[in-house]
Amino acid sequence: MHPALSVIFFTVISGAGYGLLFLLGLGLIVDPQLVARNEVLLVLVVGAGAAAAGLMASLFHLGQPQRAWRALSQWRSSWLSREGVSALASFVPVCALAVLIWRGVDTTVVRACALALAALATATVFCTAQIYASLKTIHAWNNRQVVAGYLLLGLLAGAAWLLCAHALFWPLFEAGDVTPNRVQCVLAVLVLLLALTATVWKISYWRFLDRSRHAATIESATGLGSFGTVRSAETPHTEENYLLREMGFVLARKHAARLRQIAALLIGLVPVPVASLLLWPPIATSGWLASACAAAIAASVTAGCFVERWLFFAEARHVVTLYYGAEHV
Amino acid sequence: MTMLPQPGTKKLGLVIDLDICVGCHACAVACKEWNDGGDFGPLPDENPYGKEPLGVWFNRVHSYEVTGDGRRETGDKAQVSNALPSLSSGFPSPAMTVHFPRSCLHCETPECVTVCPTGASYKRAEDGIVLVDEDKCIGCKLCSWACPYGAREYSEQRGVMQKCTLCVDRIYNESFDEIDRQPACVMACPTRARHFGDLGDVDSAVSKLVAARGGYDLMPEMGYKPVNKYLPPRPRRDGSTCTSAKAAPEAIDPTKLPPLLRWMDKILSR
Repeated sequence: MHPALSVIFFTVISGAGYGLLFLLGLGLIVDPQLVARNEVLLVLVVGAGAAAAGLMASLFHLGQPQRAWRALSQWRSSWLSREGVSALASFVPVCALAVLIWRGVDTTVVRACALALAALATATVFCTAQIYASLKTIHAWNNRQVVAGYLLLGLLAGAAWLLCAHALFWPLFEAGDVTPNRVQCVLAVLVLLLALTATVWKISYWRFLDRSRHAATIESATGLGSFGTVRSAETPHTEENYLLREMGFVLARKHAARLRQIAALLIGLVPVPVASLLLWPPIATSGWLASACAAAIAASVTAGCFVERWLFFAEARHVVTLYYGAEHV
Repeated sequence: MTMLPQPGTKKLGLVIDLDICVGCHACAVACKEWNDGGDFGPLPDENPYGKEPLGVWFNRVHSYEVTGDGRRETGDKAQVSNALPSLSSGFPSPAMTVHFPRSCLHCETPECVTVCPTGASYKRAEDGIVLVDEDKCIGCKLCSWACPYGAREYSEQRGVMQKCTLCVDRIYNESFDEIDRQPACVMACPTRARHFGDLGDVDSAVSKLVAARGGYDLMPEMGYKPVNKYLPPRPRRDGSTCTSAKAAPEAIDPTKLPPLLRWMDKILSR
C-alpha cells in the first residue's frame, strides 16, 4: 500500500496525543487534586494539540477536504466515521478539564471528565486501528495484532511525551503534594515496560507477516485454478493506473529488513536503557541530565513510530495486485 | 447511507463468458466513452496524450496464461472444481490464454459500501447496483482499499472515487429503444461475451446461462458475494482424443481391399 505521509503523520501524532490524554485521564482519576496544577493544563494542551494536528493532517489525504464533516455521518457501519466522531467527542472532556483547571476543583466532576477523556482517547485509537484491521483485502492488516500494536505504540509515545513534559517543565512550576521524583519514576518504569512490550509485539507481528499469506491466489481471483496454474500474460494497460500506484506499492525486502531493525532500535533498544538510567538516583535527581534522557526517549520513540508506521503501509500487500500478476499477497 | 439495504429480489449484473472473450478491449473503450459523457461523467485523464497517461477506467481487460493441470489451492475448492469440468480424456489440459475483463461485480455484501464514512458509497435497494454519489464523496480512498476486485479508481482531477454504474443512466433510459437499454460494454462486445440481466431471477436468460455453463464467483473466500458471474472456458481439445490419431491401423488386411487396391498393394509390397 502507498504510504501517504499525511496518514502516517496523522496516525503517529494523534496516536501519541491520545496516548498522552489517556495517561493524563488516568492520573486525574487517581489524584483529582492534580488538576490544580498548571503543569496539567500544559500537558492537556500538548495532548489535545497533537490530536488536533494529526486530524488536520489527515484532511490533506482527502480529495475534497471541505466535505470532511460528512465523514461523521456513517458511524453505524464505518470505522473511519466512528474514528471521526470519537476524535471530535474527546475534545469535550478536554475543554471541560481546561475549564476546571481555570475555575477551580470539584473532585467528582474532575474524575468523571478524566474517565471520559481516557475512554474516548482509547476509543479513538481503537477505531483508527480498526479502519485497517477490518479490511479483509489486506492480510498484513486484517489480524488481531494490528489493534494491539496501535494501542501499544500510542500509549508508549504518550508515556514518552508525558515523561519528557514532566522532566522539562516540572522545574518551571512549584512542587505540590506529589514529589517530582516519584512521578518521574512511575513514568520511567511505564515507558520501560511499554517499550519492551511494544518491541516484542512488533517483532512477533513481523514474523507473522513473513510466515503467512492471504488465502486468495491468482487462481481464486480469476477462478481458473481448476484448469491449472495461472500467470498474468498481458496487463490491461501499458502505463500505471490508480490501482497500481495506491495498492501496488510493495517495498523491496532488502529495505524492509533494515527498516524493521531501525524501528526496533528506536522503539525498544534506545528507550529501554535510557529509561533505566532515569531510575538511577544520581541521574534522576540531576535536573538537566534527567531532562536530556527524557527528551532523548521521546524523540527516539516518536521517530521509531514514524518508521514503524511507514513500514505498516509499505509492507502491506493488497489482494487486487493478484490480478496484475503478484505471486502472493 | 452506507448500511446495506435489505437484500432485494432484483440483482442486476453482468455475466462474462471467458470462453469467447477475444480480449479486444471494445468493452473497456465503449465504457470509457459512454461514462465520460454520461450522468456520472466526466472521466478525465491526466496527461492523456503525454508519455505517461493516467486516468479512470471502469473496465480493464487482463490476459492470463493457464498451464498444466496442477490444481493449485483455490479459495473455494469444492465450488470451483464443480463448476469447471476438466477434460474427460485424463490428459492434462493444454496451455491456454484467457482474456479476462474485470469491472465492478456489484456484490451483495460489498464492504466498499460499509466502510464509506460519508454515505457517498451506496447499494441501491431496488436493483442492487453499487454507486458513488460524487457530490458527497470526500475522496478518502478507503472504499478502494476495501475492494478486492479493483473496481474503484480515484480521479485525481475530480478528487472523488469513481466506479462502474452498470450504466444506470442507459438501462432505465426511456429515450432509448428497449434493445439499447443495456450497459455500453454489453452493447459493444463483438463476440457477445457479455450478458446483462437480473441474476436474482432464476428464470432470466442470464441465470439460465449461469446454471448451464457453471458460472462462478471471483474470490468467493472474501465473502463479498459478487452478483456478476464468470463463465469458464469450455474444455479444450488437445488432440489426444481425436479418433484419427488414436485408431490409425498399423497393418492392412489385403483380403478386405477392393481388387485394384489389392493388386497395387501386392505390387508395392514386393
